[in-house]
Amino acid sequence: MITSFLLKSFDRTVIVAVGIILGLGLLIPALNLLTAPDHPLHVPTYLVSLFGKYLTYALLALALDLVWGFCGILSLGHAAFFALGGYAMGMYLMRQIGARGSYGNPLLPDFMVFLNWKELPWFWYGFDMFWFAALMVVLVPGLLAFVFGWFAFRSRVNGVYLSIITQAMTFALLLAFFRNDMGFGGNNGLTDFKDILGFNIQADGTRAALFAASAVALAAALVMTSGMVRSKYGKILVGVRDAESRTRFLGYRVEHFKLFAFTVSAMMAGVAGALYVPQVGIINPGEFEPGNSIEVVIWTAVGGRGTLIGPIIGAILVNGGKSIFTAAFPEFWLFALGGLFVLVTLFLPRGIVGTAQAWRAKRKEYRKAADDEAVKGMAAAEPLAAE
Amino acid sequence: MNDKKPTSLLYLDGVSVSFDGFKALNSLSFVIEPGELRAIIGPNGAGKTTMMDIITGKTRPDSGDVFFKGDIDLTRRDEAEIAQLGIGRKFQKPTVFESHTVWDNLELALNRRRGVFAALFYRMTAEDEARIEEILSTVRLSNRRNDLAASLSHGQKQWLEIGMLLAQEPELLLVDEPVAGMTDAETAETALLLKEIARTRSVVVVEHDMGFIRELGVKVTCLAEGSVLAEGSIDFVSADQKVIENYLGR
Repeated sequence: MITSFLLKSFDRTVIVAVGIILGLGLLIPALNLLTAPDHPLHVPTYLVSLFGKYLTYALLALALDLVWGFCGILSLGHAAFFALGGYAMGMYLMRQIGARGSYGNPLLPDFMVFLNWKELPWFWYGFDMFWFAALMVVLVPGLLAFVFGWFAFRSRVNGVYLSIITQAMTFALLLAFFRNDMGFGGNNGLTDFKDILGFNIQADGTRAALFAASAVALAAALVMTSGMVRSKYGKILVGVRDAESRTRFLGYRVEHFKLFAFTVSAMMAGVAGALYVPQVGIINPGEFEPGNSIEVVIWTAVGGRGTLIGPIIGAILVNGGKSIFTAAFPEFWLFALGGLFVLVTLFLPRGIVGTAQAWRAKRKEYRKAADDEAVKGMAAAEPLAAE
Repeated sequence: MNDKKPTSLLYLDGVSVSFDGFKALNSLSFVIEPGELRAIIGPNGAGKTTMMDIITGKTRPDSGDVFFKGDIDLTRRDEAEIAQLGIGRKFQKPTVFESHTVWDNLELALNRRRGVFAALFYRMTAEDEARIEEILSTVRLSNRRNDLAASLSHGQKQWLEIGMLLAQEPELLLVDEPVAGMTDAETAETALLLKEIARTRSVVVVEHDMGFIRELGVKVTCLAEGSVLAEGSIDFVSADQKVIENYLGR
């Protein structure tokens, strides 16, 4: 059952994309670790972490694409699931600091000592164990998405109304996480991490391993989503997107189909956030900023929603552009981003990959038509030859 | 009154519903027997579409009973549940999955388990393939199987939607204006198709086209202002004074 599911998920594009992602996952760490710093092909560690960050963004965009591109749910709150996954990982990293914090308290993270707290809040229990934190990375966003989706989809909240409440959700979390007494470090968030699974988080080897882990996670998510959208489930999802009432009158419980996609997508976003935090070294409430979720929508739209590799390409391109642009003309970046979104919506409504696919399909059709024409021409020519 | 329930397939009694004070249905009652093909006519606003909304669970009636197969109360169930019970509905505007192929449209409609996980791990069987082939030939779309539904003509989309309803294997089929916008040849073929379908299940057709209804040659119910005006053969109904005043005369 599982194997047939996985077999279905591979087509040429996905195999090539998975190959490239895993190849990069090996190549970039190798170029970082195995070449001398003055070697022309050497990749400095800061770039490894930067590229690793792009990969986690790509995973987030892929997660959004599953619900937006294939099911028509425009979530403007996906960064919230990303940030929750990030916080779960951040809590693990905080507890790894142990007595090495500025206050030297073996149990309490610095900000709790500073706030004069005497004991660890109950929701910080268990985060000293990696497996527990890893579980929370998927469970917390998944549970929030499940509960949120349960009410929203059951009451048939659709379209722009749903987008607005997802935006409200991330804003509410932003406000909550800003508060010191929530117990997540307030404004400053969680930072000053020391090590992960016993390895120094600043070390080149750890950075390289985190990059490789991000690549593996992205490749695995691509295979999984590909399997999902190619199955009958995925076809129904597209059916919900294009003609929701038809799906309902065929006897499908549309809300269950949406809920499943939404929950899986939130879990993927959580994993992306968990890989993001150790690579950038900090998680703070700013990650819940409504603007962040909207940026994810732009990456996905630029790359091509409803295609699987589109959002991956979009996330990497836009963020690469952002890194270069904000270094060169920092004050113009937001104008560039806004302009990009307007231009893509107007001239490339299917995004880069969607447009390329449509163009290829057209060319194929044209060629087929030309072949048919040629066959007809030959058939017409034959009687003449017989004469 | 209750003695009719056990034998009839669909039983509506005293169904009323109003929207913002406008009475869309006013104590509507009628009965469909198993295997019956029934045409429903009536002027705009007579409540034909509202009646379908109520039977398929899209709208809840303010009062009245709706029973399916004797004792299944339809007023307590939602669209998906009613569809699974065996009531299929064709919309006025052809509604198919435009970005799927004709084949995939039928595959999704096929009467198989409707759960998320059943769909996730579904595999096409030889039996399902044969069934889809059969439906393709019934709705005359065998040679378009690999084309996107979006590329079909209006009439072909109507047939594809009827095909999807067949794949659902319903006991009762509600068909809203199947020949609107069709050519005469397509209309005639659709009449044949519906008659063929009605041999194995009950069909309710809502239609404006009197020629088409004559072609079907079945019992006709005329609705006006949310209740039944007249019921009987086409000649009987079209001779009825009230029907002429309310509908035909205009």
